[in-house]
Amino acid sequence: MANIPGDLKYTKTHEWVRIDGDVVTTGITDFAQRELSDIVYVEINTVGRQVKRDEPMGTIEAVKAVADLYAPVSGEVIEANESLKDAPDLVNKDPYGAGWMAKLRLSNPDELKGLLDSTAYTELVRKSEHH
Amino acid sequence: MCFTPHTDEDRRLMLERIGVRTVDELFAGIPKDIRLKRRLELPAPVSELEVLAELGQLAEANQDLICFAGCGAYDHFIPAVVDAIISRSEFYTAYTPYQAEVSQGTLQSIYEFQSLICRLFDMEVANASMYDCASALAEATHMARDITHRSRVLLSGGVNPRYVQVVQTYAQGLSIPVETVALVNDSSDLASLEKSLSSDVAAVIVQHPNFLGSLEPTVEIGRLAHAAGALLVVAVDPISLGILPAPGTYDADIVVAEGQSLGIPLSFGGPYLGLMATRRRYVRTMPGRLVARTTDLDGNIGYVLALQTREQHIRRERATSNICTNQALCALAASVYLSWMGPDGLREVATQCHAKSSYLASAIAKIPGFTLWNRNPYFKEFVVRTPVPARAIIAEGMKHGLLCGVDLGCFRREWESLLLVAVTEKRTRTELDAYARFLKQEFGSR
Repeated sequence: MANIPGDLKYTKTHEWVRIDGDVVTTGITDFAQRELSDIVYVEINTVGRQVKRDEPMGTIEAVKAVADLYAPVSGEVIEANESLKDAPDLVNKDPYGAGWMAKLRLSNPDELKGLLDSTAYTELVRKSEHH
Repeated sequence: MCFTPHTDEDRRLMLERIGVRTVDELFAGIPKDIRLKRRLELPAPVSELEVLAELGQLAEANQDLICFAGCGAYDHFIPAVVDAIISRSEFYTAYTPYQAEVSQGTLQSIYEFQSLICRLFDMEVANASMYDCASALAEATHMARDITHRSRVLLSGGVNPRYVQVVQTYAQGLSIPVETVALVNDSSDLASLEKSLSSDVAAVIVQHPNFLGSLEPTVEIGRLAHAAGALLVVAVDPISLGILPAPGTYDADIVVAEGQSLGIPLSFGGPYLGLMATRRRYVRTMPGRLVARTTDLDGNIGYVLALQTREQHIRRERATSNICTNQALCALAASVYLSWMGPDGLREVATQCHAKSSYLASAIAKIPGFTLWNRNPYFKEFVVRTPVPARAIIAEGMKHGLLCGVDLGCFRREWESLLLVAVTEKRTRTELDAYARFLKQEFGSR
């Protein structure tokens, strides 16, 4: 079973969200990194730009697939994890820590209510795993 | 001899197995009103001998003219070694080398091609080739947009109008506004380029030498583009790089070219060869196939298709390109040509093109009524202002065994008295003199 920390929020598209005042940090979940397998490249091409919730804010390349990183909430992308440039495998090794991908400055705090808690996300993963 | 694969007996057996009696019954599901109710209008069958005779007659209708036409396709010499090597059946196949284990030869040949193109352009990565220069240029436009996240492109008025049409076709679908930077005489106007640049320009696209043969101020254009945060995209003539600086030396970001000059016959306009190279940092947005060298578990060198996640079969709608092919055989021809010529050979070809075109341009400029239109230095090709419409000269030239050039009136009405003349290393002094004599005798002093 994938590791799903209880202190984080989640999206249906398998991003995790850590909230710190009006700044949210995001990346992809343990379940998502396992599904993708070896991640070879992460590009956050929206730094300095405003993104809307559910909009692609970056690209995650695995050996045989490409996925988007979707914005979990609307806001300005203020930072990308530069260490992933040389070590994209951090996402596989430590998805909730050193493998974080981007930070956003939240523009609409109400959107946080739309995120899943760990219980709801666990249920979502359980359903996905049965497919 | 019957050339259709199935006998009556084969057909009977197949229908029986399917469970119908006739072919009509087999097609019962197709509505009657959309079926063809008559026989195809094809001529009666003829023997092989008759086919050859008919094709021979058609071929004889071709006129063998001495070629002074260019505008993107050139009559260069092709050493015999090119055909000898690309005719080997191992290379002549159309197999896509996805399975590295059984495609080492094809993969290595593409890798060598990419290496040659990188050296020629002084760039860091080249792809396995594209259809032609026009499609490569259009793909470069798309690539520049993806790299910069900007929407507009500025296209020099010196870019071949046929390439421009392809770029615009692509740009329309991608909603990329394309603006033309006017020419001053025969090269891009730096002042109007500077005025058009802004923070939403993805790329400045220039052809060098441009389609009028003239050299462009690429260093200044690059400097202006980069100062505004735009990329410099250059379409070059690969032969010109025998004597002109490689695009890497003036900081081009994406370089494309028509590779037809490198050992590929004119053959009525195709198939040709699109060359494309860029900086390593942009490799993930480069369209097309890419071959890389690696090692296996035992340390043996092997070649593989690399970074396939860029391509449409994986990245789907996010891929830069939906072209899933390359021009492998034409690329191989270019590789053989470049290897055979080497840097000295290429310099010799370029030097001869330059010397012979200069010789002819001066000879024509001496004829009353004719003037040389280019004010900038030109390479291999130049424009002549003619005393009569250029198309009249071309029509008359054909009667004298000459293909005099390209009528620029095809592109713009106000250019109807401009003739674009190309001179390759194949043209002899006798041919150059004959051409000038023809113009003087038929059209001089009118």
